[in-house]
Amino acid sequence: MDDGSREVWVFIEHHSGRPADVSLELLTKGRKLAERLRGPLKGILIGHEVDAVAKEAFRFGADELLVVDHPALRDYRTLPYSRILCELVEERQPRVILYGATFIGRDLAPRIASNSASGLTADCTDLQIGDATWKKKEHKDLLLQIRPAFGGNIVATIITPDAKVQMATVREGVMEMVPVEAPCDGKITKIHYEPTAADQLVKIVERHREEKRSNLKGASIVVAGGYGVGSKKTFDKLRELADVLGAEIAGSRAAVDAGFITREQQVGQTGLTVRPKLYIACGISGAIQHVAGMQDANRIIAINSDPEAPIFDVCHYGIVGDVASVISTFTESYKKKLK
Amino acid sequence: MKCNSIVMVKQVPDTSNISGDVMRPDGTVNRAKLPTVFNPDDKVALELALDLRDRFGGKVTAITMGPAKAGELLRECLYMGADEVHLITDRNFGGADTLATSYTLSEAIKQLGPYDLIFAGRQAIDGDTAQVGPQTAEKLRIPQITYAEKILDLKEDGILVKRRIDDGYEILESSLPLLITVLKEAATPRPFKARRLMALKRARTRLELEKEAASPGELEKLIADYASKGLYIRTWSREDLGIELERCGIEGSPTKVHKIESVVLSSEGHQQVPPTSEGIGNLLDSLIEEHFFG
Repeated sequence: MDDGSREVWVFIEHHSGRPADVSLELLTKGRKLAERLRGPLKGILIGHEVDAVAKEAFRFGADELLVVDHPALRDYRTLPYSRILCELVEERQPRVILYGATFIGRDLAPRIASNSASGLTADCTDLQIGDATWKKKEHKDLLLQIRPAFGGNIVATIITPDAKVQMATVREGVMEMVPVEAPCDGKITKIHYEPTAADQLVKIVERHREEKRSNLKGASIVVAGGYGVGSKKTFDKLRELADVLGAEIAGSRAAVDAGFITREQQVGQTGLTVRPKLYIACGISGAIQHVAGMQDANRIIAINSDPEAPIFDVCHYGIVGDVASVISTFTESYKKKLK
Repeated sequence: MKCNSIVMVKQVPDTSNISGDVMRPDGTVNRAKLPTVFNPDDKVALELALDLRDRFGGKVTAITMGPAKAGELLRECLYMGADEVHLITDRNFGGADTLATSYTLSEAIKQLGPYDLIFAGRQAIDGDTAQVGPQTAEKLRIPQITYAEKILDLKEDGILVKRRIDDGYEILESSLPLLITVLKEAATPRPFKARRLMALKRARTRLELEKEAASPGELEKLIADYASKGLYIRTWSREDLGIELERCGIEGSPTKVHKIESVVLSSEGHQQVPPTSEGIGNLLDSLIEEHFFG
């Protein structure tokens, strides 16, 4: 597709004047994909009074922003947002569009995919640009959409070789979020919006935001404990480490059953699936049910007194030793580095 | 007001029970090898539709796209209380991704006549994409409310729905027709009604009657016989729907499985860190350098 578009778009979600973390993560990933495609990275920003969001988007690597600013667009609504994006896609034909796999992204992206007859892969855990042969035909520079499937039993690489536009959603915390070293003087292209009667078929009567009790799901660092932590007192040491690192605390099913931690904080197949940048597993043996909920962490540190514990098969760094003393050392060392 | 609903349901493999020969080499699923269940979210969607019908009147129609085996699922819909069920089935529908599925379902819905609401589960447990609902709404050019938690009110001119958002909830008012995808928490599906089960367990799809019939002529007679007793499950092929072959099934699916890998916990080895101040200090240095903190 040498004559085709090389544009990578990221739909930028925002709340109260701040871009969602997942959008910044997608810009970081989108930057790499755009470089491989030798094309521009563009952000799609729909809302009202979004200057601060735009600034952040440039800081995370957008070359250009398509901004649709109108008071009627302050809050996300399916119909106007999807109509705007459908029109933009039809007119400008990007090569790739990335969305956060959020309530908004998953509401919006399928409508765009349906309208443009594009492929859409949900919950990708990795995205790459690469060549692929499909039906004996060589396709250059496809978006490789990698995701676990069938209850995590397999990892599939999905391609959309014949679609003009390739789309994917990605969950928060899966990709890294790194500002670019030298942000460009971003170009803002304003897109005109005229509300239509069809845009108003669904109205927001009330919107209620709740303070999150635990930020575990979106946490970039998680300190988790298992049965092997041994006591509530030792578990408090984990909490102290979490505080120092700015991490969220979590536990395995066994830790919940032992009363170390609440059910809302359980990670694993029957609890939450977390995808932090860093997961510190303390006294967790590494049963497959637990591993299912944390294996997508970018890095895993395992601390366990049993050198044969299966957790050491999935971790990147293994520390064999007494949990309580290793955690104390960890906390003290980190405090020293801060100084 | 009367409320006519169409509910999109799916029979799904029980993903907790997957064995080795389930995946074909091309990455598609050999569904015949799998135990199947009523997709949990779809059952809740059916319950919501039945509840509205019980309160306001109207009709509930359940439809599914699937193989012959999906007759089981439709009978379960009847046992719960669906007024009408339809099987959308064709060899050419196999291997459909969400785009091809939503095309096929939306074309079937267009033929089923006027409706006020379309219901679907939030997502199916075999793919977890949550895409078919919104894609069907787009193809039918109607609005959608995803992640519905509760239906608060239904009036002549519209419906009031509470839906989940990332950090809370919102209450939306929509005109009809509307497509709603529902969360599992939205309702508890009712049990099968014994009387309906007894009366309807002999309901059959055309595919099921084909097996019983000795000749095409006999099949037509069987169908007429079952239909007269209200036991024929209307069965639609691609030709019956009159829809484009190249937009159905694997042919009409832009997403292709390029490669699949089984998940093997990588024991490629990890870095051993000594449990000492120095060991942990070095680990922290490298993590700080890679911006893991702050």
